[in-house]
Amino acid sequence: MGYQLSGQALTSAFKKWSAEYDIYAPMVFEGTGRFSETDVIRYGKVTDPAQIVWDERSEYSFKDVLTPVCQVLFYFTENEVKEADFPPKGAIIFLRSCDLHAVKRLDFMFLENGPEDYYYKTLRDRVKFVLMGCEHPFEDCFCVSMGTNVSTDYDAAVNAKDGEYFLDCPDATLAAALQEFAERTCDVVPDHVEEDDVEVTIPDNLTNAIAKTSIWDEYDKRCIKCGRCTLACPTCTCWSMQDIFYTENGKAGERRRVQTSCMFDDYTTVAGGGCFRQKAGERMRFKVLHKVMDFNTRAGFQMCVGCGRCDAICPEYISLTNCINTKLPQGMKEVLENGQ
Amino acid sequence: MANKNEYLPFRSEILEVIKHAELEYTFRMSYDRGKEHPVNPGQFFEISIPKYGEAPISVSGITDHSLDFTIRRVGSLTDEIFENYVGDHFFMRGPYGNGFNVNMFKGKEVILVAGGSGLSPVHGVIDYFADHLDEIKKLTVIVGFKSPDDILFKEDQKVWLEKGIHLITTVDHAPEGYEGHVGMVTKYIPELEFDNMAKAIAVVVGPPPMIKFSILELKKIGFNENNIWLSESRKMCCGLGKCGHCRIGDVYICQDGPVFKYTQIQTMID
Repeated sequence: MGYQLSGQALTSAFKKWSAEYDIYAPMVFEGTGRFSETDVIRYGKVTDPAQIVWDERSEYSFKDVLTPVCQVLFYFTENEVKEADFPPKGAIIFLRSCDLHAVKRLDFMFLENGPEDYYYKTLRDRVKFVLMGCEHPFEDCFCVSMGTNVSTDYDAAVNAKDGEYFLDCPDATLAAALQEFAERTCDVVPDHVEEDDVEVTIPDNLTNAIAKTSIWDEYDKRCIKCGRCTLACPTCTCWSMQDIFYTENGKAGERRRVQTSCMFDDYTTVAGGGCFRQKAGERMRFKVLHKVMDFNTRAGFQMCVGCGRCDAICPEYISLTNCINTKLPQGMKEVLENGQ
Repeated sequence: MANKNEYLPFRSEILEVIKHAELEYTFRMSYDRGKEHPVNPGQFFEISIPKYGEAPISVSGITDHSLDFTIRRVGSLTDEIFENYVGDHFFMRGPYGNGFNVNMFKGKEVILVAGGSGLSPVHGVIDYFADHLDEIKKLTVIVGFKSPDDILFKEDQKVWLEKGIHLITTVDHAPEGYEGHVGMVTKYIPELEFDNMAKAIAVVVGPPPMIKFSILELKKIGFNENNIWLSESRKMCCGLGKCGHCRIGDVYICQDGPVFKYTQIQTMID
């Protein structure tokens, strides 16, 4: 069963929810965009549905809530370590269908690939997801191609129409507040996209041999290894360990993990200075093949969810969709011609 | 509910410091968790120094109450490790990785080719067969170092020779008058003698170029590539399959390795 709520009523429901949960949703951060006097849309804590950006895609994803950019793991003194505290409240995350599919990728990495990650699991256990319906695709989206345009495993789903909110809510905890403030009940099916402007086709004959082809050379010149594509990606999970200390003698401090990128210079650098992928093209190849081949081999489903954020954020206009649609087939042609 | 917090390191006391060379020491660390967390040769720990971070270090020796870590001083973390002496403590967590199962060598002719501190991951294997030489047909160890001053585990090497292991210790360069073997490890591969090469097993551990050329040489003499194993090393921040740094293709070195069958990863590209 679904509910119709006005903005004011949903604000009241938010207030109820916020007793136990912080509510995260895409919102505008004014003047903090990538260029002078521009804004950025990213995730923040909201108290009112009017703060949420409903008609644009966020430049960065929800993933910072589950895998913070910088997360303290523990504090240390000379002789002991003390685990860091978790946020006192759980989290309700408003996100779109592609991103809800991205959660499945994060779950695979943090819960199944090796032993369960204590910090991820602790946060994850206290998260509820509210699906934001997509009336139309955004520029660069290719969720339909990746099969992520429809989601059903949400705790609640919402369609926003002219300041009125229509929610489907299978989760009993969240539903209690909606029931209390709803104007009326009605059937709600979350909006979803049936056709994107962009379509991608991952070649089904991809093999490791494509790594050695010439298709990656172009990126040596174009890519500046800034890593924005991976930081904006909802499915990229890589992080590095970082220690900082508070005292002059360096005996007390904290250990954190911070998001990192396979595009960065120190990503594979080992003590002594050895580095496995120097060229930008090699790093692009490492990332792209993970998104469309290697992750699939390991997990049984593709990593890329087709949110299009990497294409939108690249300062060099490098396009993943173009790489998949034109470069990969070229590369496999080269592989076959060379008889590799 | 979340399981145990794998990231919290435990404290371990330095029982002994063995100096091999100017830049390479072995730290013998107390370890009393062997019953719950047994350690195999070839496995590694994240040695953790608050303020400097963590580094994955192979176990080079295992006893009931201690673990050896042979560490080369090459970075800021290892610089700090070298400032510590007997009675001090490190933090660490592990063991991680698959390591070597000594059963895979039993009844076979075994060739171990190691370069420099690459000897650490197979050190425990050599120790085991030094005491159980009857369990294999023959053990040949070819180990290479940069110069006579860089030779590691000199005392252990004497013991291995006494116990009947065929040991070839070579150095890349030596001053005039040096009496030992000189040349790359690859120089000694064609000289290997086998009763039945098809069934022999080889392990190659060391820096990536050394691994590459040793395997080429083994293949050149007709060694069965299905019987070649190697131990890889990469940057790792977790040892738990989470941080992503050690991934090659669909393989995570920390989870699926660091010990691999050569044929399993020969087509992988970093």
